[in-house]
Amino acid sequence: MTPLQILSAVLIGAGVFFFVAGTVGLLRFPDTLTRLHALTKADNLGIGLIVLGLLPFAANALVALKLILIWILVLLASSTVSQLAGFAARREGRQR
Amino acid sequence: MNIVAIGLALDLAFGLLALAVAVFALRARTTYAAVVGFVSFGVLLALVWFRLGAPDVALTEAAIGGGLTGLLMLNASAVLRATEAAAAAEPRRPGVRLVALLAAATVAGGLAAAVLALPSPAPTLAPLAVAGAPATGLGNPVAATLMAFRATDTLLEMVVLVLALVGVWSLTRDDLWGGRPGRRHQADSKGVLVFFARLLLPVGVVFAVFLLFVGADQPGGAFQGGTVLAALWLLAIMARLADTPAIDQRWLRFWLIAGPAVFVAVGLAGLAFGVGFLGYPEPWAKPIILAVEIVKIVSVGVTLALLVAGPPMRPRGDDR
Repeated sequence: MTPLQILSAVLIGAGVFFFVAGTVGLLRFPDTLTRLHALTKADNLGIGLIVLGLLPFAANALVALKLILIWILVLLASSTVSQLAGFAARREGRQR
Repeated sequence: MNIVAIGLALDLAFGLLALAVAVFALRARTTYAAVVGFVSFGVLLALVWFRLGAPDVALTEAAIGGGLTGLLMLNASAVLRATEAAAAAEPRRPGVRLVALLAAATVAGGLAAAVLALPSPAPTLAPLAVAGAPATGLGNPVAATLMAFRATDTLLEMVVLVLALVGVWSLTRDDLWGGRPGRRHQADSKGVLVFFARLLLPVGVVFAVFLLFVGADQPGGAFQGGTVLAALWLLAIMARLADTPAIDQRWLRFWLIAGPAVFVAVGLAGLAFGVGFLGYPEPWAKPIILAVEIVKIVSVGVTLALLVAGPPMRPRGDDR
């Protein structure tokens, strides 16, 4: 394995770790806000690390740019959705 | 472990997960939980299609099968929430369930038997489609099949969408006919949703146009692009940057039928020029297909968005 491959494997592995941790949190945490907290870690760090790990192996600069764009869009969507879900949870005062 | 074994393990995992989620959706106690299961099933099914080497189908499944149909069901489940307890309290009728079980088992069994009875390798027209694709000027044989070889199917799919919308609109209360679909949305004009919508709309429109043009040579096309447009429009409506249009507007009716109408016109022109219904004279195939696709993306976008918006629920003067 080349150093680049090792770096890539470590980054993707770390990304998968955050996804698993986020999912466990989503399933195990007691109320909406803490569950959102766990979920956003998976979205932000998980996808970010996996995209970083994939970047060295993108076929060309355009593919690399698309990967980064996906990351940014997922960040944008997940942070918006978690804000909305958080607001809704607070408004209903139902912290199950 | 080599790469083939990893791929096989992945395929098995996706297949089993999809089955498990399907069972969950069927067994779920509330309609809402069942819909969540259905949407997850759509995403898993898209992954399965991707693993089968059918990215075009995967895209459509994710966008329309999981996303749009899921959204329609989510709306329906919200409407039905008030009656959920009464429906659950109704006495169960084992006879009805038995008939449903038999009907479902017959269909599933028939399909399974048909698939198992196929000779190996299964008969296919794929090599013909690949060989014929260059004549249409399209690099993606799937697009060539949808727009040229089996264009009638695609035309009828568009007509079905309009018919579905007619079905939704027929649920309108008499005094609200010609009004605006859906309830009025609440949104904080300085809130995150409005910010998100403002940021995403231009990006999304570029992406929808990209999907349309890339569809000639790679997975994509007017249906997928139209779904993105519909989602963007609905996002703008939810953020109150736009309102649903009154359904008796001329421009609205025009765009609803423009897609199928242009398609039919092109088909009839093919008859007049002696290349048959929905046939294209060869050097003109690509420009004609592109023109149809451009009209289609708007029509699909408008139709899908209105399907989700539902029947009119307020008079047309009821804007902000």
